[in-house]
Amino acid sequence: MPVKVSMTVNGKPVAAEVEERTLLVTFIRENLRLTGTHVGCDTAQCGACTIHMNGNAVKACNMLAMQAEGADILTIEGVAAADGTLHPMQEAFREHHALQCGFCTPGMVMSAIDLVKRHPKPTEAVVRAELDGNFCRCTGYHNIVKAILDAAPKVAAMR
Amino acid sequence: MGSLNFIGASVKRKEDYRFLTGGGQYTDDVAPERATYAVFVRSPHAHARIRKVDTAKAAKAAGVLAVYTGEDVAKAGINGLPCGWLITDVNGQPMKEPPYPVLAQGKARYVGDRVAVVIAETYNQAKDAAEQVEVDYEVLPAVTDTASARKKGAPAVHDIAPDNTCYVWALGDKAKVDEAFKAAAHVTKLEFVNNRLIPNAIEPRSAIGAYSRADDSYTLYVASQNPHVERLLMTAFVLGLPEHKVRVVAPDVGGGFGSKIYLYGEDVVVTWASKQLNRPVKWTAERVESFMSDAHGRDHVTTAELALDKDGKFLAMRVHTTANLGAYLSTFASCIPTILYATLLAGQYTTPQIYCEVTAVFTNTAPVDAYRGAGRPEATYVVERLVETAARETKIDPAEIRRRNFIRSFPYQTPVALLYDTGNYEATLDAAMKLGDVAGFAKRKEEAAKRGRLRGLGYSCYIEACGIAPSNVAGALGARAGLFEAGEVRVHPTGKVTVFTGSHSHGQGHETTFAQVVASRLGIPVEDVDIVHGDTSKILFGMGTYGSRSLAVGGTAIVKAVDKVIAKGKKIAAHLMEAAEADVEFADGVFKVSGTDKQVPFAQIALTAYVPHNYPLDKLEPGLNENAFYDPTNFTFPAGSYVCEVEVDPDTGKTTIESFVAVDDFGKVINPMIVAGQVHGGLTQGIGQALLEGCRYDPETGQLVTGTMSDYCLPRAGDVPSFKLDTRETPCTHNPLGVKGCGEAGAIGAPAALMNAITDAVGVRDVPMPATAETVWRALASKKAA
Ligand code: FES
Ligand code: FES
Repeated sequence: MPVKVSMTVNGKPVAAEVEERTLLVTFIRENLRLTGTHVGCDTAQCGACTIHMNGNAVKACNMLAMQAEGADILTIEGVAAADGTLHPMQEAFREHHALQCGFCTPGMVMSAIDLVKRHPKPTEAVVRAELDGNFCRCTGYHNIVKAILDAAPKVAAMR
Repeated sequence: MGSLNFIGASVKRKEDYRFLTGGGQYTDDVAPERATYAVFVRSPHAHARIRKVDTAKAAKAAGVLAVYTGEDVAKAGINGLPCGWLITDVNGQPMKEPPYPVLAQGKARYVGDRVAVVIAETYNQAKDAAEQVEVDYEVLPAVTDTASARKKGAPAVHDIAPDNTCYVWALGDKAKVDEAFKAAAHVTKLEFVNNRLIPNAIEPRSAIGAYSRADDSYTLYVASQNPHVERLLMTAFVLGLPEHKVRVVAPDVGGGFGSKIYLYGEDVVVTWASKQLNRPVKWTAERVESFMSDAHGRDHVTTAELALDKDGKFLAMRVHTTANLGAYLSTFASCIPTILYATLLAGQYTTPQIYCEVTAVFTNTAPVDAYRGAGRPEATYVVERLVETAARETKIDPAEIRRRNFIRSFPYQTPVALLYDTGNYEATLDAAMKLGDVAGFAKRKEEAAKRGRLRGLGYSCYIEACGIAPSNVAGALGARAGLFEAGEVRVHPTGKVTVFTGSHSHGQGHETTFAQVVASRLGIPVEDVDIVHGDTSKILFGMGTYGSRSLAVGGTAIVKAVDKVIAKGKKIAAHLMEAAEADVEFADGVFKVSGTDKQVPFAQIALTAYVPHNYPLDKLEPGLNENAFYDPTNFTFPAGSYVCEVEVDPDTGKTTIESFVAVDDFGKVINPMIVAGQVHGGLTQGIGQALLEGCRYDPETGQLVTGTMSDYCLPRAGDVPSFKLDTRETPCTHNPLGVKGCGEAGAIGAPAALMNAITDAVGVRDVPMPATAETVWRALASKKAA
């Protein structure tokens, strides 16, 4: 049975008819063609699909599109300013070489922004513990941790 | 214009903006019109005869366009997947090369073996229908364990290898080694397993075949490290298609680490099927498929011995290894435990005699091939565990025993075929000991003991051989491919430059590093240079990226093309300035007549080449566009010293890494930021091998026990420390950049450093990898019991 889903994605209202079993990540990637949100696993363990739903980081592979009915969704495509200026977290990732292949990166950035919101002054230990749900095979996390620690005060100052 | 030299500068990456904003284009992001979706039916059994595949129900399911089985691909005349390296065994016989079908023929040989494919209008329809394919299996006994594969009564994986032996291969002078052992004052012997690893690049493998009737051509989008090699193997050996009618595109690729070098059956099937259906066919692996069907790495069982004289000088080394190749021979499987393993056993030392015998076996497991380091981590583990253990047994300080045996004069011919061009091993060891404050270790150990913790320190002094070459020598050793690289430098009329490289970047940052090289050589801004890779329709040829070869081989090809551009530019400049060509020099982006103030900037030469009004047309073609191929004369030999300090909690066995120091000599470094990133990633994969990762197949059923991210433990941010890095620079002597390669070092050097530290902390000779809390706790318990 197809169902109708509607939500706000990156500030724009969207609606579509989808199969009931459609995952939120599939809806974002296939229906909306926002392919910056990635799929790295089938078991909610890699974090490549992390988005913000109503202001909190969630794994979009782990819920149905239907469950996001009416929600306010932010994907990586909506993080930079309208003129393309990078968000301070994105800028810190670039500055500190916190990405290599780039596949984990959108999810990492979304998680990192959420992390700093919850821990405005995180320590290295807090960052490492909080990143547990985001897997990166390339960077060894060293520079991701550095980037997040560096970005934290700048992101906090945004609010 | 000032000097535009970017060599050694941490230029921020050109590729990052697109990755940070969701603009990367990975294979699964490509959405061709009218795409169909493929789902593979895989064997749930490790070894089974396929009595019948009933596709009737699936074929009738909603949305299904086709179901193909092994029979169909056989009927279509599709060949098996080729192996790119022929190993000749100790008796002069070629290795056993059983067929490696794209869909199983008669038998399934590992859990995950491709048995059939279902193609439907949507992914969900294909997935649903795949469950309706009924396969009648006769389950056969399986063998998955490396050491058991040759035991009497072990089930044969292939009829042509009844004892499961692909080859027995040896390197070195056995008689001389045996003699040296007889004369030794001390012999250190270790037996260990180099644990099997599952690569887990975060982007799952993905392939889209698209056939065009309009011009009878194919396009394959694929997550590959080497699109040209993929095309060559697929067209010439498997599908028999004309190569010029096939375009292979490897767009952004989410990490490879070896696992995306190979030609896989899925790539062939989607390409072939796209013509049958006259529609694009798309397949993307689920993570469970990555676990069961990506080529795995390592998996050695080894007995290693080191003979020493009374002063701790190494006299000889003797190594016997059984290497698991899995169920089929993957693209480069055969050369990993031989050519890339035994040849590295000299390490950084003057050991005069080395003998290594390798028995390669088939088992009912996923194919095993190169994984970050590929043979060299296994070799380093053998050498550095032996050396550290020998030091402890002979009561010589482990750093001191290494110093007594370091190679100090170059070039150095090892007894295992390699000729090291240059190195300075003492320099990295000194620097690592300083950075790691080895002098203060005793105090830290004491302090840790007061807290009830066991503290240990371990070294690893690795050597690596990168940029495997030259082609003719490799050919003599069995390589069935060349090992050069190609590059093209296209200068546009405005002086901007597009570079086409046969290397492929899947995280390494070539778009930046290569641009730095070209910009520096031409004296133009980095922004004026773009790097294009990963598309056979754009790039003249390429051997791709693996074995840390990109900069040393691919970068050199580009440098050669740049130098041709400059040489031609000089001719044009000589004409413009009415000077003799020999008097024109090029520096900092300007052509000058030496000894005068006459000069023309690079951009003006470019414009002149494309607007050849004032131009020596009788002697010189217009345009400024040059190609080069580069086939290196030798490997490069990066080396380094790692010092790791751990603490073990004796109550739980849990290890924490207190400090990890890596000092590497990669020769000339172009972008230190990118190089450090490569080391961080390599170290983390090495730490993963030592502490967390280990592929397990159930010995009874052959099921893959570690088949998900919850069962196979991958390193997370909390499992690794921040690293302390430094470099030393001994430039490579035989390429113009003086570079050696840095991609694999961390994964090669880290496991031995960590295991040396853990065994030091615990006070036992050996702990198997991965040294999980349980494993270490057991080692402590059996020590107490003893
Ligand atoms: S794809 Fe969602 S956690 Fe891996
Ligand atoms: S950058 Fe490749 S997985 Fe994180």
